[in-house]
Amino acid sequence: MEIIIVGCGKVGQALVEQLGEEDNNITVVDLLHSKVREITDRYDCMGVCGNGATHTTLLEAGIDSADLLIAVTGSDELNLLCCIIAKKAGNCQTIARVRSPQYSMEASYLKQELGLAMVINPEYAAAAEIARVLQFPSAMKIDTFAKGKVELLKFRLPENSPLVGCAVKEISTKLHCDVLICTIERDDDAYIANGDFTFMEKDVISMIASPNNAYAFFKKIKYRAVPVKDVMIVGGGDIAHYLCGLLQRSGTSVKIIEKDAARCEELSESLQGVSIIHGDAADKDVLMQENIETTGAFVALTNLDEENILLSLFAKSMTEGKLVTKVNRIDFDSVIRHLDLDSIIYPKNITSESIVRYVRAMRNTIGSNVETLYQVIKGKVEAAEFIIKDCNEIIGKPLSQLNFKDNVLIAAIMRGRKVIIPRGNDVIEKGDAVVIVSTHLGLNDITDILL
Amino acid sequence: MNYRMVGYVLGMLLMFEGIFMAAPILTAAIYGESELSVFIGVALFCIGIGILTSKLCRPKTKTMFAREGYLIVAFSWILLSICGALPFVISGAIPSFIDALFESVSGFTTTGATILGDVESLPKSILMWRSFTHWFGGMGVLVFIMAFIPLSGGQNMYIMKAESPGPSVGKLVPRIKTTALILYSMYLALTVLEFILLAAGDMNIFEAINTAVATAGTGGFGVKNNSIGGFSSYTQIVVTVFMFLFSVNFTSFYLLLRGKFKEALNSEIKVFFGLSILASVIIFLNTRSLYSGNAEALKHSVFTVGTIMSTTGFSTVDFNAWPEVSRSVILLLMLIGACAGSTCGGFKISRIIILFQSMIKELQILIHPRQVKKIKVDGRQVEHEIVRSVHVFLICYVLILIISTFLLSFDGHDLITNFTAASTTLNNVGPGLEMVGPISNFSVFSTSSKIVLIFDMLVGRLEIFPILLLFTPSTWKK
Repeated sequence: MEIIIVGCGKVGQALVEQLGEEDNNITVVDLLHSKVREITDRYDCMGVCGNGATHTTLLEAGIDSADLLIAVTGSDELNLLCCIIAKKAGNCQTIARVRSPQYSMEASYLKQELGLAMVINPEYAAAAEIARVLQFPSAMKIDTFAKGKVELLKFRLPENSPLVGCAVKEISTKLHCDVLICTIERDDDAYIANGDFTFMEKDVISMIASPNNAYAFFKKIKYRAVPVKDVMIVGGGDIAHYLCGLLQRSGTSVKIIEKDAARCEELSESLQGVSIIHGDAADKDVLMQENIETTGAFVALTNLDEENILLSLFAKSMTEGKLVTKVNRIDFDSVIRHLDLDSIIYPKNITSESIVRYVRAMRNTIGSNVETLYQVIKGKVEAAEFIIKDCNEIIGKPLSQLNFKDNVLIAAIMRGRKVIIPRGNDVIEKGDAVVIVSTHLGLNDITDILL
Repeated sequence: MNYRMVGYVLGMLLMFEGIFMAAPILTAAIYGESELSVFIGVALFCIGIGILTSKLCRPKTKTMFAREGYLIVAFSWILLSICGALPFVISGAIPSFIDALFESVSGFTTTGATILGDVESLPKSILMWRSFTHWFGGMGVLVFIMAFIPLSGGQNMYIMKAESPGPSVGKLVPRIKTTALILYSMYLALTVLEFILLAAGDMNIFEAINTAVATAGTGGFGVKNNSIGGFSSYTQIVVTVFMFLFSVNFTSFYLLLRGKFKEALNSEIKVFFGLSILASVIIFLNTRSLYSGNAEALKHSVFTVGTIMSTTGFSTVDFNAWPEVSRSVILLLMLIGACAGSTCGGFKISRIIILFQSMIKELQILIHPRQVKKIKVDGRQVEHEIVRSVHVFLICYVLILIISTFLLSFDGHDLITNFTAASTTLNNVGPGLEMVGPISNFSVFSTSSKIVLIFDMLVGRLEIFPILLLFTPSTWKK
């Protein structure tokens, strides 16, 4: 597909990297020469220097033959304007990043009236992801399939867990839990689980289960499973604002520590029932005064990655509670993973992931569609949900009789309201939604998993 | 440094060079020449070594940066030339290795300077190989490879930047692979068109192929001792037109094909054709008395301007015998060259435009010290990095020209011979003046001088920096 990306920031870069690998022709547009050159030097794409909201620049970038325009500059207004102009200039789909709460509230109106294909709000998406892990603190990361009927949970096996030393196949016999272990990350390696794999301490495990089964599973292995009751948030940005709204719905008590007095005023105007503390969280006394030791969860959302990581490390030494850290820079994720910081949220990744998901769904309109797509382990393992429409090679045959490629796991079959964690005798039927976990990246069609 | 990646690309390159030898192999087979076995042997040797190297060096990671890109380009061209010289030596056509290397480098860099006095006595397959080196060298061998095999993600842009001529190299379409394919398709189409037009005239098929590929690469190796001089006016005019066409930036052709006439006609092309017309008129007025009619004089002046500006190096007449004014114009044209992004050598008009603007800017700033002024070409600001690199390019260019002229002087020839020999090789033109004029050749130089000229040709074709980086200590530091 021909894709134009306006804005060469971190999200733009992540998009170029992922979409470029999937055989799309990409043109990037930015005002700054240096930004454009940086990206074109690093990735196989074309660069155009200019204002992406002008007709001339878009023509130069090839809007007349483009299939999709993604506007991810720093400014909401510019993004929306880009999309409007692009829509008029060429016949393409448009995606805009809109982050301010005012516009976000009108997302559906914007989509309808401006003809946008997608409005993405990274801050809201990040807040939603944080809210999910706070509901289920045992997991580091939770992705959902089929509107929440099936979850993909990632968690780190605690020390002294009864699961240590067990083999994967013993889970159903010993624990009588209907969960499916998908991948295991140990040190820097990632494995697709087979039955004989034995768990070790500190393994990072991804598993597929329905929410109820996951809850039962964590109870059996004696891992905290109760939703967080009170949350301490450091940094009162947009994510914190959205997060408060989400948390209050579930009755969690929230405390925000923000160092800018004016922002504190703003927050207390727009939020109700949230205690807003004006203070610098980098000051240890402030944290101690606000009882960091007893908090159920500590969420670091300041604008500085370094400060977030440092605060979380401090919180880890002080409290048993759940830790969530926001990190903007994607490049150093391998180092950060080793810090053992529980949940790390990368808003930029969340944004690019959902756009990539959309692009992939756009590419295939026949056969079976990719409904949802998650990166289980970045660049190594993906989980994709397909709706089976018309696919004779797979329908009606027991799974044990199908020839799958190596490292492909049929993780779940959703039929109506029923969720099946598949075994060899199960069959896939027409209309099913199927979750596939695989090391083959960029699956477009369900038949891609067959040999 | 990713040495494996460098080795891998070099292996691929050797393999492709072996495949390129299909052209002389076919010629030898058709004409039943004894060189057939030589070419088959060398081709198999190249393909064998190439496959082996690329297998051994299969890169663990595909990460590479500017450093690897420049090194790959520099080593590729050196290796390409050495292997390209083998058939000349083994077949006995050019027994001395340095002479053969000179011929091979001159071919790949599309210079067209030769050490051979009598080319008509050479086997046809050797002539074919000489001409074909122009064709592959013109657009770039690595660009050719990139059209067919994926080297690595975006990072092979460094290779393209280092191999393609011009101060700022851009892509036509987002993918490097598609860009390379489009470039080579246009290149091939124009070459075939020229071949058909030439074959329709008084050239035979063999002469037409050779002349077409040599014009396309703006090389200039002829198959006749008097170059194009012995052919009909029709042939000479066809060659003139195509020399001008191959001087034009290929991006402009692409824009024309897509119907963007305004963008295609950029200021570089306007300056190029303006200069060509000006130079042709001066030479025409200056040489009119030498020829029987105005048409004849005009034909020779336009042809000579085309051959020198496009850095091809064919000739119809001995322009060395022209009056001083014409000779000076030829020398000036030689130092300018044609458009960036074409197959031509030389300093490039786009650099001249940037330097000229830079000069005006400096003069204005002397008068208005507080003035803020940006250098613009076609209404677009030229980035500071490009302006800086053009300035440094000029410094290196002049230094290399001066040092080469000095080194050549040890042979005891006159200054005009030495200076034009250095500038004609550095700009990949071909003929110079006096002893290296269009009817003479480079065999007058000693072995050491030939090495200097070989260096100049490579430096000129790769636009100085990749070769100079080989001699920069920090390239080799960890």
